[in-house]
Amino acid sequence: MTMATASPSQTRQAAADKRLRQIITPEGIALPIRVAGRGSRLGALVLDFVLVITAMIAIYLLVIWLAAELMLASAFGVTTGASEAVNIFLILTFFLARYGYFLAFELGPRGATWGKRVLGIRVAARGGGRLTPEAVVARNLLRDIELFMPLIFLLVAPSGQAGSFGLAGLVWFLTFMAFPFFNKDALRAGDIIAGTWVVEAPRAKLADALSVNGSAANGKSDVTGARYDFGEAELSIYGEHELQVLERMLREDQPESLAAAHAAICRKIGWDPGAGDERAFLEAFYAQLRAKLEGDMRFGKRKADKFS
Amino acid sequence: MNSPLLSSWFGRGEVAAPVDIESATLRSDRFRLEREGDWKRLEDIVARMEKGGLSRIDDAELLALPTLYRTAASSLSVARETSLDAATLRYLEGLVQRAWFQVYGPRQGFFAWFRGFLFGGWSRAVREIWLDICIALFVMVAGAIVGWLLVVRDVDWYYRLVPTQFVDTRVPGASREELMATLAVEESASGLSTFAASLFSNNAGVSILAFALGFAFGIPSLLLLIHNLAVLGAMIWLFDSAGLGIEFAAWLSVHGTTELFGILLAGAAGLHIGRSMAFPGDKSVLDAAAESGRRGAVVMVGVVIMMIVAALLEAFPRQLVEGAGSRFVIGGAFLAFWLSYFFLYRPASAAHESEAAG
Repeated sequence: MTMATASPSQTRQAAADKRLRQIITPEGIALPIRVAGRGSRLGALVLDFVLVITAMIAIYLLVIWLAAELMLASAFGVTTGASEAVNIFLILTFFLARYGYFLAFELGPRGATWGKRVLGIRVAARGGGRLTPEAVVARNLLRDIELFMPLIFLLVAPSGQAGSFGLAGLVWFLTFMAFPFFNKDALRAGDIIAGTWVVEAPRAKLADALSVNGSAANGKSDVTGARYDFGEAELSIYGEHELQVLERMLREDQPESLAAAHAAICRKIGWDPGAGDERAFLEAFYAQLRAKLEGDMRFGKRKADKFS
Repeated sequence: MNSPLLSSWFGRGEVAAPVDIESATLRSDRFRLEREGDWKRLEDIVARMEKGGLSRIDDAELLALPTLYRTAASSLSVARETSLDAATLRYLEGLVQRAWFQVYGPRQGFFAWFRGFLFGGWSRAVREIWLDICIALFVMVAGAIVGWLLVVRDVDWYYRLVPTQFVDTRVPGASREELMATLAVEESASGLSTFAASLFSNNAGVSILAFALGFAFGIPSLLLLIHNLAVLGAMIWLFDSAGLGIEFAAWLSVHGTTELFGILLAGAAGLHIGRSMAFPGDKSVLDAAAESGRRGAVVMVGVVIMMIVAALLEAFPRQLVEGAGSRFVIGGAFLAFWLSYFFLYRPASAAHESEAAG
């Protein structure tokens, strides 16, 4: 099941590579950057909206509750000052929520709102320049006509008072929502104006080195004491793709998938599959296959997968 | 990764990675084990910068950052050619990217930027879009004249132009006294600060709209300016026909010089974007849009500030100060202030000029 089904992950790889861009840093190092997928951007936006709206409702309820307390406290009258302050507070808070939330977070060192952080994406200057405050301001001002204005139209529409404004709002909304689908960098109108784009910001942890201990180091199994040595012919069946699938399985360490991979490899190289020592076998096979492929690599010979 | 003990990281990072390098059989793993102490140190510095900016790291780390970044970047390019360890490659790509964002991140914090904005950046951006300001000014004057002429020819236009919430006693046929009353001062200041806050929210929203609509080649921005000023033109006609032209102008000028100036700048900034997208010159459309968009954004931050000032003026002095003379003085003083701030105040800052150009 494991080694044979390369095609879905390869198509995923191809889709990811379509979003791959190179930026050249001032030191001349080519840095790969992936443009964030439209799905994760939508997800981030929805998360941010849920967050802001929940916070707004919470603040509103809190303020109403506090105001009610105040009214009770001063039952006869002099509440104008207090209620006025409450009103001002609410108006300014809503203004800040509308324009300030995205602005403040994207100006920070992470360049991302909470929603974007959750989905592992961030704002960056297109083409690898510095992300300036002006750019962040510009992209967020445009959000107003892309999202808030048409959404308000749509909210007003059901009351019937606005007439065909609802429909206009919908068309407007869809026009701007469709924007990212008509350019290869998934830019929305605000990104175009600001010279920014949204890219993936992966935060991977450094995994352990695999060839340090166990049978990967010397081919010897701790369980059986057997020594796994693979010959040239057995190692030249698989390529880099299979090696990396095997690496992922060794890191995930699921007994069932290890057993399946063990059986598949044994069948392919014509060994008699035993049982109980799958991990040691796979570690040894991984280390020796990688040693061979990396050795070839140094001579400029690469083998992408088992078909090549 | 969270809250690491500083001392453990300064001990060359070996606490976290007590692996014998020689025990690795693969050359690429030995390569990685030799360097991962530096990578982890870089990761730690970058993680703290991401949390709280420069204040969370000390000078020694700040000095080490560029070196560590270059080490990691060259490790990445070597590893790409020699290693098939996908997890390590992914880690390095992520690390180098994160470090790159911090090393080439914003050079200044928001407050430093804001100081630069107030002392030079804003007025420079306004001067840079002078042509668009001239066009927008022309359109606004034309809009007011159109509003006036429409109402002169047919009074029904007044009801079409002026939004319903403004139609109180200020309708055609109202007596001079009724109109005079709308220009009078309030008895007390209560309720006025709410008025100011909602005015600000509303006006800032309108000017942001005028800017953002510039995206459609500037046409909607101009239409918005024409419409708003046509309303004003109609109201001027109303008061003037009752012989209250001067009083109305005085009443309006208190906040109007600031507010209309702000709307003018917002429309001009929108037009600037639209114009540079329609006529990008020898740049690509995207580059032209980005450059003008950033310039427009600077102007817009200023417009929001002007709207705060205008709302305060509209709520307090306009409603509390009586007499055409003193109203004109307030409005005129603000107009003079804005004009001299934008066009006479030109602090030299070579560093800023080069950054804006680059």
